[in-house]
Amino acid sequence: MILQVEEVTKTFGGLVALSDVTFQVEEREILGVIGPNGAGKTTLFNAISGVFKIDKGKVRFKGRNITSLSSNVRARLGIARTHQIVKPLNDLSVTENVMVGACFGKGNFSLSAARKKAAEVLEFVGLKGKEDTLAGKLNVPEKKRLEMARALASDPILIMLDEVLAGLNPMEVASMLEVIKAIRDKGITILMIEHLMHAIMNVSDRVMALVYGRKISEGTPEKVANDPQVVEAYLGDPELAIKLFKDKRKRG
Amino acid sequence: MAKGKTLFWLIPFLVLIVALPPVTGSVTLREGVFLILMYVALASSLNIILGYTGYVSFGHIVFYGIGGYIAFYFMINYGLHLIPAMILGGIGSALAAFALGEAVLRLRGAFFAIATIGVNEAVKALVNNLNFIGGAEGLFFNFKVYRSYGGAAKAIWFSYYTMAAVTLITIVASYVIKRSKFGLGLMAIREDEDTAIILGVNAKRYKSLAYAVSAFFPGMVGAVFFFKAGNIEPHDAFHLIKSIEMIFMVMLGGYGNVAGAFTGALVYERLKGFLLVNPLFKNLHMTISGAILLLIVLFIPQGIIGFIREKSKRLRGILE
Repeated sequence: MILQVEEVTKTFGGLVALSDVTFQVEEREILGVIGPNGAGKTTLFNAISGVFKIDKGKVRFKGRNITSLSSNVRARLGIARTHQIVKPLNDLSVTENVMVGACFGKGNFSLSAARKKAAEVLEFVGLKGKEDTLAGKLNVPEKKRLEMARALASDPILIMLDEVLAGLNPMEVASMLEVIKAIRDKGITILMIEHLMHAIMNVSDRVMALVYGRKISEGTPEKVANDPQVVEAYLGDPELAIKLFKDKRKRG
Repeated sequence: MAKGKTLFWLIPFLVLIVALPPVTGSVTLREGVFLILMYVALASSLNIILGYTGYVSFGHIVFYGIGGYIAFYFMINYGLHLIPAMILGGIGSALAAFALGEAVLRLRGAFFAIATIGVNEAVKALVNNLNFIGGAEGLFFNFKVYRSYGGAAKAIWFSYYTMAAVTLITIVASYVIKRSKFGLGLMAIREDEDTAIILGVNAKRYKSLAYAVSAFFPGMVGAVFFFKAGNIEPHDAFHLIKSIEMIFMVMLGGYGNVAGAFTGALVYERLKGFLLVNPLFKNLHMTISGAILLLIVLFIPQGIIGFIREKSKRLRGILE
């Protein structure tokens, strides 16, 4: 068991962003997290990476209680993440950005080893040729790749991908999916948030659905997609509901 | 990162400047170069917290004052030689900065800048009221102190060479830090502190350390300066204008850049010298400096060296 989240609750003022969320992530699996906007998906990632203190509950990483550890310590332990809203270190080059991940993450590389690692990872995510560009000058799909590269360079045990496919065109989505699968093949456990249903259903081993901060469904992609509660949650968004039904028909 | 050739020209250039006064035997020139060296050391050390880490330490001169006072106290009361007294001054400043950093570095942006001004003023007020270090009148040397250096004239030359050594060490240290893993962490904090933490940088510790290092050198500079001056008083030691001058030099040359802090200090000293002796401007030098700072921030926020780096790919490797 890589990650155990136990009854995690987080409120912002009167808003309950996460309410008694419990789940586990097995080694080397891809767990997809779905849910409508505002369901608490990114809040869940923040709780796991330690951006804020949670009000209640526990987070265990490889059996160790990490609930009270700060973000940088969690990163050192092997939890890496990307951000939905990309956060490049603008005035540093692409290579330097990735080196920060390599130097201060679980890998704890020296500068020269980090440089090698950065070159390797940048090729892996398809940013070769951009090494010396300032990170701020990249376009959005490139910045998403950079987020991924930075997280990967740390040699993480668990990587959390927050909507890495959003805003990409179908071709870019396809190539990003290849990268995600390749990450899993390296033996890294993946927790990913995604709105693109066909993508997440296709790539995940298991899927979990959040609505209003509560976990309403969990299981194989088929099971979750057919869960009446999940369908209901998405009905507010007719387009997605139709998509879900289509997917179901295709499979059925 | 470009290939690191910056020190290959910077050090020889500095040595050349240092060699000018003894070669020509000019005392006037020595005084000018002494000031240049002092400015270069101050700007280069401020650059570590301001330029690399992105924290505007507005009252940075407080560490110059603290170092000066500590060294002066030991030289007067225990007859300590300048060199160990200076190192003590540096260490005292660094420790003060580390402790302070743990407290005020959780503040970000303008709040931190304002807090550092407050710290400088508070220390000044405190020293004003501490009688064992002279209170508002300060401390001054008995001329006998210079005897162990071979007389006052020799002591001044000695302080000149000491300042040169301190400046050299400051430049090399600021360069080494920039090119180290520590420096990479600092620059990550500058760009986006929250992201740096998520990536594993221990931002709290790194900031305090950077603050301590950037206070160590001003502490030594203060010790040498006040040794040469022969007296120290709160008004001189904790002079906020000097703080502003330090920021000006770093911004003028290019923040986060070793060659930038150097160039900024050099240009500023020349500019100030020109404005002060020119009858037309002599009372306006801070006004004019302020106007220039405004223009820099508006039009070339990356400073002189940053601007050149942007325009010329070839020069990038030697202007770090």
